[in-house]
Amino acid sequence: MEATEEYVWQLLENVKDPEVPVLSVVDLGIIREVKKFDGGWQIVITPTYSGCPAMHMIEEEIKSTLIHELHAPVEVVTVLSPAWTTDWMSEAGKVKLEAYGIAPPAEPSADKRALMGEKSILKCPQCGSTNTVMISQFGSTACKSLFRCEDCLEPFDYFKCLR
Amino acid sequence: MEIKPAIVKFLLRLGDDTLILGHRLGEWCGHGPILEQDIALTNISLDLIGQCRSYLTVAGNEEGKGRDENDLAYKRIEREFFNHLLVEQPNGDFGKTIVRQFLFDAYHVTLLDILKASSHSDIAAIAEKSLKEVTYHYRFSSEWLIRLGDGTAESHQRMQNALNELWSYTGELFETDEVEKTLVDHGVIPSLDSIKERWLKLVKEVIAEATLATPPDQWMQRGGRNGVHSEHLGYLLSEMQYLPRVYPDAKW
Repeated sequence: MEATEEYVWQLLENVKDPEVPVLSVVDLGIIREVKKFDGGWQIVITPTYSGCPAMHMIEEEIKSTLIHELHAPVEVVTVLSPAWTTDWMSEAGKVKLEAYGIAPPAEPSADKRALMGEKSILKCPQCGSTNTVMISQFGSTACKSLFRCEDCLEPFDYFKCLR
Repeated sequence: MEIKPAIVKFLLRLGDDTLILGHRLGEWCGHGPILEQDIALTNISLDLIGQCRSYLTVAGNEEGKGRDENDLAYKRIEREFFNHLLVEQPNGDFGKTIVRQFLFDAYHVTLLDILKASSHSDIAAIAEKSLKEVTYHYRFSSEWLIRLGDGTAESHQRMQNALNELWSYTGELFETDEVEKTLVDHGVIPSLDSIKERWLKLVKEVIAEATLATPPDQWMQRGGRNGVHSEHLGYLLSEMQYLPRVYPDAKW
């Protein structure tokens, strides 16, 4: 029986972002297209950030996961335009992120003027308080910035809004 | 000038600016004043090197001589690099790195905002993608410019010194020659005439907020766009290119 496009999308749910392993590549919104191609499948992806070092690994994981299940050739093509935005992240993905301890992307203004002490609107993923401050616009990976909760005093990652 | 070589040189200028500045920022890895700033500078470095990979890959394809991003980054000599002199200037202290970054970021956001309307689909796509990242860079460097300029007497003086020192490297950012003219004439990119004015407006506002003084009009350094560099680039390249030159085509 030949695999359907829907089935390929389901398989892609098993490919996780190596840096944020609760999110699948589908949750992240980086899979732009799945199409039949020369007796195999072509997967079109777009990078989150130009320099994201996980992209190569994600490409390899997509190939190995799909080839293992589909027994057909798989080609991964990267396109830059339209540029990825956090608006493409699934709602389920945002819920998973928060449960994992990373605040999901909010408004673009959420991390403005970090050094100027402007009020943050982000909710602490540990205790739920909105009494939070940004420590740095840049965090452990290109897609995150670093915050601290002033109530429970825990630092936390924020998946920054990119629009 | 023929359109093909003009596109290649234009892409190399963009690719080299992002590569060299990305490398300079990478030199901060493990040396930042505090952990968060160490991470911030290297994150910006990573964005720039990612952008550089896109530019150099497209430059290699357009050139059609089979050179890929690695060939272009690691196998060209100093005179074949076309980055602006500003980005190759040494890091100095954290303040000088911030001033260099700020002057370049303000130029970079303005340039990309124009290039995203390019009729060349790769140039437009890279510009659209990069602009989102560079907007963060610009915000970071302008905040630190303000924080340190309007900080202590010591930090203020260091920022002013760095601004005075680096200002003479900004004139070159707005030079155009037959490369840009050919691209504009062929409708590949929109006119770049408005960049200097837009840049100056952005920069002056932030410098004023930082309680610093915009340096006066002066003689400007030039040459990088055509491969004539300051002495610093050679040292940078010998470090950056050492491994691929000593172990050609090494893989790891």
